[in-house]
Amino acid sequence: MAAKQKNTINKRTLKRVLTYIRPYWLHLVCSLLLTFVNVGLTLYVPILIGDSIDYIIGEGNVDFTALTQILFRFAIVVLCTALAQWFMNLFNNRITYCVVRDIRTEAFTHLQKLPVGYIDAHPYGDTISRIITDIDQFSDGLLMGFNQLFAGILTILGTLIFMLTINVKITIIVVVLTPLSLFIAAFIAKNTFNMFHRQSEARGSLTALIDEMVGNQKIVQAFAYEDEAEERFAELNHKLETCSLKAIFFSSLVNPCTRFVNSLVYAGVGIFGAISALQGHLSIGQLTKFLNYANQYTKPFNEISGVVTEFQNALASASRVFELIDEETFLPDAPNAVSLTDTKGQVELKQVYFSYTKEKPLIENFNLTVKPGQRIAIVGPTGCGKSTLINLLMRFYDINSGEIKVDQVSIYDVKRNNLRQNYGMVLQETWLKAGTIRENICYGKPDATDEEVIQAAKTAHAHSFIKRMPQKYDTVISEDGGNLSQGQKQLLCIARVLLSLPPMLILDEATSSIDTRTEIKIQKAFAHMMEGRTSFIVAHRLSTIKEADCILVMQDGHIIEQGTHEELLEKAGFYAQLYNSQFQVY
Amino acid sequence: MNQFVHYLRNYKKESVIGPLFKLLEACFELLVPLVMASIIDTGIANHDKGHIYRMGGILVLLGVVGLICSVTAQYFAAKASVGFGTAIRKDLFQHINTLSYREIDKLGTSTLITRITSDINQMQTVVNLVLRLFLRSPFVVIGAMVMAFTVNVKGALVFVVAIPLLSIVVFGIMLSTVPLYKKVQRKLDRILLSTRENLAGVRVIRAFNRQEHEEKVFRDTSNELYKLQIFVGKVSSVLNPLTYIIVNLALIAIIWIGGIEVDSGIIKVGEVTALVNYMSQILVELIKLVNLIINITKGIACSNRVQEIFNEQPSLVSPDHSASIPDSDIAVAFDHVTFSYHSGQEAALENISFTAKKGETIGIIGGTGSGKSSLVNLIPRFYDTSSGEVRIHGLPVQDYNFDDLRTRIGVVPQRAVLFKGTIRENMKWGNQNATDEEIMEALTIAQAKDVVEQKDGKLDFLIEQEGKNLSGGQKQRLTIARALVKHPEILILDDSASALDFATDARLRKALAECSSSTVFLVSQRSATVKNADKIIVLDDGQMAGIGTHQELYETCEVYKEICDSQLSKEEVQK
Repeated sequence: MAAKQKNTINKRTLKRVLTYIRPYWLHLVCSLLLTFVNVGLTLYVPILIGDSIDYIIGEGNVDFTALTQILFRFAIVVLCTALAQWFMNLFNNRITYCVVRDIRTEAFTHLQKLPVGYIDAHPYGDTISRIITDIDQFSDGLLMGFNQLFAGILTILGTLIFMLTINVKITIIVVVLTPLSLFIAAFIAKNTFNMFHRQSEARGSLTALIDEMVGNQKIVQAFAYEDEAEERFAELNHKLETCSLKAIFFSSLVNPCTRFVNSLVYAGVGIFGAISALQGHLSIGQLTKFLNYANQYTKPFNEISGVVTEFQNALASASRVFELIDEETFLPDAPNAVSLTDTKGQVELKQVYFSYTKEKPLIENFNLTVKPGQRIAIVGPTGCGKSTLINLLMRFYDINSGEIKVDQVSIYDVKRNNLRQNYGMVLQETWLKAGTIRENICYGKPDATDEEVIQAAKTAHAHSFIKRMPQKYDTVISEDGGNLSQGQKQLLCIARVLLSLPPMLILDEATSSIDTRTEIKIQKAFAHMMEGRTSFIVAHRLSTIKEADCILVMQDGHIIEQGTHEELLEKAGFYAQLYNSQFQVY
Repeated sequence: MNQFVHYLRNYKKESVIGPLFKLLEACFELLVPLVMASIIDTGIANHDKGHIYRMGGILVLLGVVGLICSVTAQYFAAKASVGFGTAIRKDLFQHINTLSYREIDKLGTSTLITRITSDINQMQTVVNLVLRLFLRSPFVVIGAMVMAFTVNVKGALVFVVAIPLLSIVVFGIMLSTVPLYKKVQRKLDRILLSTRENLAGVRVIRAFNRQEHEEKVFRDTSNELYKLQIFVGKVSSVLNPLTYIIVNLALIAIIWIGGIEVDSGIIKVGEVTALVNYMSQILVELIKLVNLIINITKGIACSNRVQEIFNEQPSLVSPDHSASIPDSDIAVAFDHVTFSYHSGQEAALENISFTAKKGETIGIIGGTGSGKSSLVNLIPRFYDTSSGEVRIHGLPVQDYNFDDLRTRIGVVPQRAVLFKGTIRENMKWGNQNATDEEIMEALTIAQAKDVVEQKDGKLDFLIEQEGKNLSGGQKQRLTIARALVKHPEILILDDSASALDFATDARLRKALAECSSSTVFLVSQRSATVKNADKIIVLDDGQMAGIGTHQELYETCEVYKEICDSQLSKEEVQK
């Protein structure tokens, strides 16, 4: 039942694959034709060799005219085969790489349309391996495998036909003996599967240990845990050794065993061929043909058994890629979606309900009205829904029910890009692109002038450290800003927002990694920036939010207190408790 | 690769027997065409049935002996190579454990991990292949030529021309494609980077509305990769047709020359077929050899990467035993300490001197990059000072054995890291013999008791790798408890309460002061955290801007006053 189901899935995957190949059908037809020509000519070669040997009979008995003629034909066949092979390779390359490029681009484009929720919920490594490794595996296995399979089957059929035309009896010997090697290969594969499984398990647990111990080497040393770590390592390492030895040894038996079967076939053909020759049923040239074919006939069998496993891996990879491509995208903007122009920044949330998973309601009946230009600070313990609120405002996630409006327009009637352009966002997680500092600052405004860039950097207090970098604004920062400190990264993120300066702002722990003295200076820049702009500020440090027009105290997805700093202190509620605990004397 | 040959020393027997049996097998294989020639020239020509059966029997026998030889060879090669990989892996892991922070900073942990896993695996595979094929393939190629000479000298001359020609084509194409494949790999890395960036930066990209730009970048890179692949494909797809042409032209030559030789009665037909067979054997072996060499180049690259790590000498060496510790009531002393991460670079700490008495709480405060973490990292000798001395209980840290020193000190790092395993196992990191009571006591001080009690199985609760199934605050409290289980003489909290809300942070500090007799170093950016310490060290750009109590510093130290004023209100400063 399960196998049948798997079969239909495989079939469906295969059909999908064919739709990707369709644009290149002409290439495919050419490639198949050339394969056909190639196999045919390759099989013709042993006949030519055999025939030419038949012209060499003995001393003083060599037919040189015939020999010259046939060798000349031989040369032409060889050249044609080589050409066919070459063109076939070129066509195959083109098909493979085109399909890979097409699928990869489609997968990437699709990624841009997936809801943020999907990206949050799936480990990056998994998605990356689908787009990179799986697509490669799929192209190697499926397309090349397909070609090998086709060529292999053609070779087998062709050889059979050629052999049958020469001698039926000996052909039967070859046909009966050869599948032996297939059985042996299958038998070994079946029995080694478990060993390989155990090997990859052992390798997996060893890698996990290495990952932890080496990845956190500093802590291992701080706790003088080296000896214990080495002990645990040695144990797993030994286990891997035992498993690997078994898996490697038994799987390496396939080759000697199939070769043994081949040599049996060869010996069989030799003996029976020679006997037939004695009886005059076979010439020596024909015997050579048979010996050659016996070699050629077994080869595709061995290859095919390899190709089949490749094929299955490739199908599995393909279905993983398709899973990603089939992942539901967010709904496109409604055709009548509007763009906000000249945004005032009035934001309204009415009876908003939202949860990441159905079982765990998070935000319930959330109501908030923000007047244009107001500064809203959001505080509360971890997990209270601060960052979730931002996800909803930016429409990274859609609410379950209720309404969110900007300037009286529901944000679900506004084009997504337009809505997001109206917000400037600095997050706690500083994300930078691999590229120059200038490119990063210009990210939101690619056509900014140098003066604008420098001005933004100066306002964000990033100019002074940028100036000290080796290539100043053209210094290339590595992936995710590897060569910068957390604080420097945050300053660049702030400069990035300062440059585009949209009508509304979201600052999520925007200054958490910056020391307080620099922060004060940046606060001035922020204050200037927030002038007349609706702003949402999330912060741990209560000092940063004291000046807000309205402080929302959140707990478990609800607003439990709301008011200015003074009002809330007077209330002596949760906020006051939180604020005072900061300075509690022990 | 040479450097690693000695790892095969324990497998001397295996690494000799493996290739030896492979050679034996090859010898038997080389006999096959001769036997076949004898069947044709003696058996058929003389109508000798008995001879045909005998020779046929020999063919089967050669097959059986070949099978036995190659199975033996496979076993010993597998054993030697797996043992080789296991031994290197073990040594490398041990070596990494001896590296100090400085080397780890330089190398980065992710490279260390790939080298100890995939690089060593690749090396193991290559050793296996080399043991099996490296001697065999050239042996068969040369052997086939030698055998050809025993059959007929003129025919063999074709081999003398064909083999070098084939080698030139095969290795020429291979050498010219290797750098191209490297380019392809680099392009693929770009695509990988682009994908990763778009996942990690999804919010920023969408917030700035740059999806189309990112798509364009990806499409361009993808196209560049495509063009490069097509180009490489064009070069490498010449290989098969060319070798095919050479081998078959050689066959034509052999048959032609064979015809002449047979005509003049020098050799017989069967011997011509033997020559033809030897030529075919050469082609098969050359293809194997090419694969082997590609693998060897990969293996050498891997072994170089592994060697790089072995070459990395630990910059700090632990004495076998600690020197005797003088009687002193000073727990930690810094004496004119200057420190920089790389020699010649700007100093991270400059001329720092202070003392901390046993049981005191020392607060360390300063801006980002002011040197707070650097300072506390010198106490457990994670780094050595550039000049000056750090003394623990009056004895320079260099005179302590690492294990001894680090058992005395409990460190709670900035990034809270826990390991896969139960809470109990994690808590026992610093003290294998800790009882459940001791663990609970530490958890109580660290304000983590409720965290544990909420979990199923309490102390047996299974923490996932990197503590993924815990929140940031929970992890921080557990890492603090882990350090407390050691009952350290010196406890270092390196900004390790940043994910805690203010109330929990305050309760934690209170509990620490009440229950622990350790000398405590509190590193923080929050002035509220350090305000009540016995001594506060104020750092500014690696310099000590002031030292003293809150009141003293607030009046005398400009930097400290600025920090406090930025965070606390007037009344709070006075409290």
